[in-house]
Amino acid sequence: MAILSQTEAQDILKKVLSFSTADECEATLNGTIGGNVRSARNTISTAGAVDNVSLAVQSRFGKRSGVATCNEFDEATLRRCVQRAEEIAKLAPESPEYVPLMGPQKYLSSPASFAKRTADITPDYRAQQIGASMALCDAKKLSSAAFFNDSNSFIAKRNSKGLEAYQQLTNLDFTITVRTPDGLGSGYAIANYTDLAKFDAARLTRVAAEKAASSVKAKAIEPGKYTVILEPAAAVEMLSNMMRSMDSRNADEGRSFLSKKGGGNKKGEKMFDERVTIYSDPTHPEVPDLTFAGDGRPQQKVTWIEKGVVKNLYTSQFWAQKSNSPDIPPPSGWIMEGGTQSTADLIKGTAKGILVTRLWYIRAVDPQTLLYTGLTRDGTFYIENGQIKFPVKNFRFNESPVIMLNNLEAVGKAVRLGGNLVPPLKIRDFTFTSLSDAV
Amino acid sequence: MKRRDFVGLSGLAAGALFVPSIPAFAGNLIDPARLLEPGVDTAMKKRLADAGLNAAKSAGATYADVRIGRSLNQNVFTREKQVQGISSTESYGVGVRVIANGTWGFASTNSVTEAGIAKAAQLAVQIAKANAKVQKEQVKLAPVKGHGEVAWKTPIQQNGFEVPIKDKVDLLLSVNAKALDMGASFVNSTIQQVNEQKYFASTDGSYIDQDIHRIYPSFGVTAIDRASGKFRTRQALSAPVGMGYEYLTPKAADKIAGPAGSDVIGYRNSYDMLEDVAIATKQVKQKLTAKSVTPGKYDLVLDPHHLGLTIHESVGHPLELDRVLGYEANYAGTSFATLEWRAKNLPYGSKLVNIVADKLQPGSLGAVGYDDEGVKTKQWDLIKEGTLVDYQKTRDQAHMVGQNESDGCSYSQSWQDVQFQRMPNVSLQPGKSKLSVDELVRNVDKGIYIAGNGSFSIDQQRYNFQFGGQVFYAIEKGKITEMLEDVAYQANTQDFWNSCSAICDQSDYRLFGAFNDGKGQPSQSSAVSHGSATTRFNGVNVINTARKIG
Repeated sequence: MAILSQTEAQDILKKVLSFSTADECEATLNGTIGGNVRSARNTISTAGAVDNVSLAVQSRFGKRSGVATCNEFDEATLRRCVQRAEEIAKLAPESPEYVPLMGPQKYLSSPASFAKRTADITPDYRAQQIGASMALCDAKKLSSAAFFNDSNSFIAKRNSKGLEAYQQLTNLDFTITVRTPDGLGSGYAIANYTDLAKFDAARLTRVAAEKAASSVKAKAIEPGKYTVILEPAAAVEMLSNMMRSMDSRNADEGRSFLSKKGGGNKKGEKMFDERVTIYSDPTHPEVPDLTFAGDGRPQQKVTWIEKGVVKNLYTSQFWAQKSNSPDIPPPSGWIMEGGTQSTADLIKGTAKGILVTRLWYIRAVDPQTLLYTGLTRDGTFYIENGQIKFPVKNFRFNESPVIMLNNLEAVGKAVRLGGNLVPPLKIRDFTFTSLSDAV
Repeated sequence: MKRRDFVGLSGLAAGALFVPSIPAFAGNLIDPARLLEPGVDTAMKKRLADAGLNAAKSAGATYADVRIGRSLNQNVFTREKQVQGISSTESYGVGVRVIANGTWGFASTNSVTEAGIAKAAQLAVQIAKANAKVQKEQVKLAPVKGHGEVAWKTPIQQNGFEVPIKDKVDLLLSVNAKALDMGASFVNSTIQQVNEQKYFASTDGSYIDQDIHRIYPSFGVTAIDRASGKFRTRQALSAPVGMGYEYLTPKAADKIAGPAGSDVIGYRNSYDMLEDVAIATKQVKQKLTAKSVTPGKYDLVLDPHHLGLTIHESVGHPLELDRVLGYEANYAGTSFATLEWRAKNLPYGSKLVNIVADKLQPGSLGAVGYDDEGVKTKQWDLIKEGTLVDYQKTRDQAHMVGQNESDGCSYSQSWQDVQFQRMPNVSLQPGKSKLSVDELVRNVDKGIYIAGNGSFSIDQQRYNFQFGGQVFYAIEKGKITEMLEDVAYQANTQDFWNSCSAICDQSDYRLFGAFNDGKGQPSQSSAVSHGSATTRFNGVNVINTARKIG
């Protein structure tokens, strides 16, 4: 019963609310059906399936709240779940950050967040895709390791103040690493879609295989500051880390890269190159997403950075009220406006530089400056006079996305990754601090 | 919905971009009183498990194991003068793993009935047979003798779930009050507790009942200089441990002072949270004005709370046999320490470096009686006098390195996830000659003492790493002189361990813990400890991490 229709879900939620004796009550249903298959050494290693639906009930007495969950839906179980939430609420301390539940909300419509083709994926289909990918690598005498993961899920919400929400989503992730038998070359490809129609395992396998074959016998060049072209898979996590740090409370409290000397935050300040514009839009056809946040707040189109200027920060409801700032929930994905050039076009326009396929093990070093460290991986190449000349050994970098987005040379055409739209970026003076022997 | 990785591994996770500040835990939220209710008795578990084993065999499995799991968690989170959240959760269900046509299959269910488990067993066999069609390597298990009906329990003195939530809240709020009184700008504190009740049965004739406990108290203190806009944090020097609530009753004998002039106190088998937060608050304010390090080569003196993470990343992970063989190539990565590399007999470290793996050490996170495929646990050498001598193995891996015994390294984070090879406790043995921290520092001419673990990153084959820390002190001519900031060191694993020049003795030895170590696709979390004494490494490259933005 993992995927309930809007009517089925709201019928259960109505019943749950009818059992409530609390001042306020909110009930949320979550369900997922999905599966995965994993391969390594050109053979399947593990496979799994998930089929689960659960109910969370939040009851509130004054400023005290309690949550209970269950995954059976007969009347007695639902009644017990509500009673348990109420018992926990009565024992809880009062929350000084209490905010009343919201009344009815108007949500945007994002029908593209569900694709039937993805929902209909079978274990046989997964095995076929991985099997075909392995066969391509077998034929080229390369070794592949891959992971295919898909899900069909829904979320439904209802509260005692009249709020009502429902949405269904599908998602598909595929990653593949291809290595040469001597262990001297490695390549990677990644894809993430709502709709299976866009998925092409063979194309992704060929990309990873080509990178593996062409990255053999990498040369060591001195670490230092280089012009780099970060492919979307390399840029996405650095940018996500920055977006994840755009919380207004941390900024106002003085512990964020967006905190201002003497107090307050940097909203309204130009912090990046003017070609940097980042927004979120749950109705975007390429990256459709949930149109409501976990606490029921509507997800709208929000501009976070416009032409290099910080336009909005996200916030909790409590902090929005306390700081008298716009009540904007954190989005689940982001879109960086890109240009029209492909990664290949960016390479053609580069006199000297490094092409980076992917960054790995990225960790915060200093939250004050958003300095991160990590390494290049699975395909790093030297560019000269608009052409890839030879593979280079992997580097460790120490760099901040804030500095990166000030040293912008060019922005390419954005592609979908991890629920975001991410362009390839050409950046000058990117800081590599040491070499790695890892392949 | 999209999945969130726990902790540990980076790369591109398909997880939601924004995650709550309070971690989500698998399981249903429950009344705290239920944490003390006993689970199903072992006679019933045996009957349920037999239903699964029989169903698997009838469907064509040549091997099957059934894990009935009940995971209980309680977490208390506070900030400054308020409670942020209290959650008590329970997760209960069964995982069935089978071999059919020489291929693994796995399925799980939260329907803990004979019929429910039998159905999961049949599905596991069906999956195994489907995968067998594209399988090229037949599963071959190292033999294990059935243990019959046996039990094991973490030797705790006080079950943390029996301690009233109010006592935990009171402790955490008094920790916060101490920090605020001493001038901290912000403070967060937490107590996390885990109880894994695991019942394992296999067609080898084992019926193993285990009751495993872990606890992790922690805090973070922040100091802000509003005028300059600078802020710094100092995290707790506690370790997550395989103990009960007795860990939070401080004992003087468990406190180990850092080198003279450093202010650092380390903790062994008990933790003084109030003392540590007082020291942390003093240190975090010092960090705001500490001298920025001059980059260059330094001799590093690393305290066990720091070195534990370096051991974890640069020894624990590269010696996981699944990584060595390529099974983690698409995510966590592979390893430089391949079978071919080992055959060259190159030194992993200096002659002082002796590193053992174990699943037995009392108080450690990895201690269990039996692993998740019914193998009795043990201790074994990984590196002996600087030479790599062995890896970490499960039953299906032993034959790949010409052995016929598992090391007991199979673990699954819950009944819903398939078990696979995970790191045991991996520890650096203390020096055999008497050597105190002060004596060790006395011989350092130009060095840095680092306590606590901070930023950490290592490549996918475990060559190049970079580590930060919580507090850094300059050592000049054998003495701690002043606090430093903006310190991180970069090294190559083999260069680093070969530069190991002194290790303090047993009296300085203590455990560090990794509470949420991530690995696998879909990612699973495990908990593991790493013991060491304060250790010196010569001539390590230190960088300055200070930058300027806007």
